[in-house]
Amino acid sequence: MGEIIENEKPAKGKKKRARKHGTHIDMTPMVDLFCLLLTFFMLTTAFNKPKVMQIALPEKPKPGEKVVAPEINQSRALTLILSDNDKVLWYAGLADPTKPPLPVLNETDFSKDGIRKLLLQRNKELFKQIYLLNKDVTEGKLDISQDSLETRIRDLMRDDKSGPIILVKASDGVNYKNLVDIIDEMVITNIARYTLTDINPVEKMMVRNFKNAKSSVAASN
Amino acid sequence: MGKIKLGKKSPRIDMTPMVDLFSLLLVFFILTATFRPEEAAPIDPPTSISQTPIPSQNLATIEIAKDNRVFFNIDNGSDTTKHIRAKVLQAIGSQYQIKFSPEEIKKFEKLSAFGVPVAKMKDFIAADNADARAAMMTGIPMDSTDNQLSMWIRFARTYNGELDVAVKGDGTAEYPTVKKVIDALQDNNVNRFNLTTNPEANDVSLDETL
Repeated sequence: MGEIIENEKPAKGKKKRARKHGTHIDMTPMVDLFCLLLTFFMLTTAFNKPKVMQIALPEKPKPGEKVVAPEINQSRALTLILSDNDKVLWYAGLADPTKPPLPVLNETDFSKDGIRKLLLQRNKELFKQIYLLNKDVTEGKLDISQDSLETRIRDLMRDDKSGPIILVKASDGVNYKNLVDIIDEMVITNIARYTLTDINPVEKMMVRNFKNAKSSVAASN
Repeated sequence: MGKIKLGKKSPRIDMTPMVDLFSLLLVFFILTATFRPEEAAPIDPPTSISQTPIPSQNLATIEIAKDNRVFFNIDNGSDTTKHIRAKVLQAIGSQYQIKFSPEEIKKFEKLSAFGVPVAKMKDFIAADNADARAAMMTGIPMDSTDNQLSMWIRFARTYNGELDVAVKGDGTAEYPTVKKVIDALQDNNVNRFNLTTNPEANDVSLDETL
């Protein structure tokens, strides 16, 4: 895109020749076009690529196939029931109507001092291990690749013997955000074992009783 | 005669560097452009701390709108000569005794997410602009008697073995709908899938546990 500027001397001779034009390209239309295209592309580009959260669920039993429910250690079992109005009801242990008493329901929420505190307390060991491992890597004390870091974390999670086994159950009034939030909390607190399952009739009854008790308390006040 | 007369020159700006810069930027934007897909309905996904980017190819997206309508979208895969979208459409058409013409299939390949029952697919493809199409989207039926979402997933998986599934739901979508979507996935043995989220900072520290 060089430009040649000719000396524009007035013609001396008598003959008025057609003056040689300098090869001067007017770039304004081109610049206009570029500007337009540039603006168009800038505005239509989606820069912020969305992120994804991976989730793996246990396989669904095929019809006719009998599945033996895995034995869950009662002391490690923790059930979170997502309830409407962004509340989480939880109980420790198992709710077995044949072996009363039924566990007590507690209410908490999605805030930092709510569900996260609960999960961190119960998953202290594993969380600490993974946290320190991550810290060593970010501070450069430990020089390993991202892949081997992930493998190590996976191994730690697999060998976890004390952390909670969490069953997340959602009732019908829950929205999608609650579901994503609770799975996110699992990831944040490095819970090794959790899954999504359906709420069972016993728990439905427990939730109903809990709500009734709460509303009667509120009414008596 | 002694004085040199300067020719009256119009102030000419040398635009070469500007043009250079513009062309560079333009080339950059053209090459990096990934166009925002035509959105069936505005969806505002919840946030999570996840940093994993969404797979760019071989992806089936299930969108759940605010009003619990469900949309489906698949891409043509990493090898566009396989025409996966076309095959899936033909397969599902044959289930409902609907024959799609080559022109319809060609047009369908260029569309993005859709949320219409298969019976209305012909009208949907024939619609001439995005607004008309958006008005037609009533969501993909997921009743137990006519679970079309499950069928779409099944055919998508049949024709694309490397398919990843991403569920992009609005934060306010209701759980029963989400549950139906997850069930449709699990019925097709998709037990690993992605939930599309917006990024959020992770601010948890060790002190909180102590």
